[in-house]
Amino acid sequence: MEMIELILGKYNYWIYIALMMIGFYATIAKENLIKKIIGLNIFQTAVFLFYISIGKVDGGTAPILWDKAVLYDNPLPHCLMLTGIVVSVSTTAVALALIIKIYKAYGTIEEDKILEMGEEEKTPTPGSWPQGSR
Amino acid sequence: MNIVANLPVLVIIIPLISALLIPPIGRLNRTFSWYVAISATFLSFLISISLLDTVMANGRISYRLGAWEPPWGIEYVVDYLNSFVLVVVSFIAFIMTVYSKKSVEKEIERSKIPFFYSVYVLLVTGLLGMIITGDIFNLYVFIEISSLAGYTLVAMGKKRDALIASYNYLILGTIAATFILLGIGYLYMVTGSLNMGDLRERLPMLYHSKVVLTAFAFFTVGLSLKLALFPLHIWLPNVYTHAPSVVSAVMAATSTKVGAYVLLRILFSVFTVEFDLHSVPITKILLLLSVLAIIAGSVLAIAQTNIKRMLAYSSVGQIGYIVLGAALANQLAMTGSLLHILNHALMIGALFMVVGAIAYKTGIEEISGLKGMGKKMPLTMAAFTVGSLSMIGIPLTVGFVSKWYLALGALEAGMWYFIPVILVSSLLTAIYFWRIIESIYFGSAESETGHADYALVHNPHPVFGNRGDAPLGMLIPTLLLASLCIVFGIAAFIPVSVATQAAVMLLGAN
Repeated sequence: MEMIELILGKYNYWIYIALMMIGFYATIAKENLIKKIIGLNIFQTAVFLFYISIGKVDGGTAPILWDKAVLYDNPLPHCLMLTGIVVSVSTTAVALALIIKIYKAYGTIEEDKILEMGEEEKTPTPGSWPQGSR
Repeated sequence: MNIVANLPVLVIIIPLISALLIPPIGRLNRTFSWYVAISATFLSFLISISLLDTVMANGRISYRLGAWEPPWGIEYVVDYLNSFVLVVVSFIAFIMTVYSKKSVEKEIERSKIPFFYSVYVLLVTGLLGMIITGDIFNLYVFIEISSLAGYTLVAMGKKRDALIASYNYLILGTIAATFILLGIGYLYMVTGSLNMGDLRERLPMLYHSKVVLTAFAFFTVGLSLKLALFPLHIWLPNVYTHAPSVVSAVMAATSTKVGAYVLLRILFSVFTVEFDLHSVPITKILLLLSVLAIIAGSVLAIAQTNIKRMLAYSSVGQIGYIVLGAALANQLAMTGSLLHILNHALMIGALFMVVGAIAYKTGIEEISGLKGMGKKMPLTMAAFTVGSLSMIGIPLTVGFVSKWYLALGALEAGMWYFIPVILVSSLLTAIYFWRIIESIYFGSAESETGHADYALVHNPHPVFGNRGDAPLGMLIPTLLLASLCIVFGIAAFIPVSVATQAAVMLLGAN
């Protein structure tokens, strides 16, 4: 009975853990660079869910001044997550811009193929500096 | 309006606003962007000096953003510890900006130079913000500002490998920052506070709580990734190898140091020494990891043929020293650890600047290409030699001072077996630096001509011919850092007095 209580009563925390692990797995295991970023986004979004869950107060209403309200939810974690969302969006933007440049330089966004190409380039003479010169 | 009272925030605001001003100013005239960047970093440096001065005279400064009372509003705190790190980082940032002018003109596409400086100043803003803030969520925001700027700067490297290095850095950096964010969330969950000073007061009664332990674990792993502690260092060598020379130099000298500072802050300012020593086995884990880092970093450095990659692995080892001093958790070792933040910033800064100067003149990045370089670029190579000797820890250089304090700290902690570790690592360091110094000064002539031809073929329009030192704009900052390696090695009492007070404060029972 306690077990059921633990699972159902705090279901949002379980979802947060599951989402976080899904995102973490995708970030590590996927070969496609875009899929890695999708994984990273799920990973970060899971943390947003965690923060929003800790802001909930039992029986609280939305934190807007209202004379019938007895309890308000804690709005601070929500505000923090606005910042978190901005950070997440900027990270995604930088990552996607990088992926575009990687695609232009390598012609692929599959990590295993890129790694193969990187090794081929290393074999020539020591000090192969000027190859990427503009 | 009182400017002096607002100095703690101006140290952040000036570079932040300059970062926004640089792209439009750069549109008018590209060279102006460098002038804005250098004035911003110079002003930050001056303010940091004045803050250090005030703190040494009057003690801790607390600054309230928007005049909100601390637990609710964001508080900036300047004390012995962070005024010291603030001066180190802003000084390195300023020197690197001086150095960057020539190097950036050569390595960065001309139309991108204003954006380069804009992002560069943002990186500095993020790092300074991480140091000065007293609010743990604000810390996260600054970590992300500096990291995002870092990813962009690394991606500006010449070769396409820089893009992959930057991408992997982005993935690992974001995972690290998200872990830190989770740690903040767990702390907020049980304490309801985000202010570091307030957390320190509220946490002791919750030390048995699993939530606090979870938060602590997330912080430790996230920060270890950020500062590239040994098993989590994999992003670092590629980043330092492929980034533009200036970016490698700045990041090696400041980013990981600021990461180490934040680790110290969390371990000893937000949590207390008693918690680190008795509630969790964190000091034991960190001691083990730092020893592994010191040895593995040096051994891996010996195996490298690319000079930037060798310095990168060497940095992994040196970060081990900083963490070792922190994990020993007594006053002498902590002093050594803090000194090493300054000393390693000076040494690795000087070494990476020399590497950048060689790349500027000849395009050589491989160790085998350095033969006979001592005759071609005598002053630059003198700076390299001083930096190397300091890395090895020869007396009268800064490297010796911090290793000395670390060894004393190990003795005081009753853990004499760390002294052989320090000695063996110094020996290994001597091996990989001696290899270079030998080929610089005693390299055979035949291979020298071979490489000179090679450099000429690929670099048909050398700026001042293939001989002679780097241009003055690069040479003076390099020599300045190298000479500071000796100045602070002899006049060690200046940094030691500040670092000792910071160590007492960190370990103090306040």
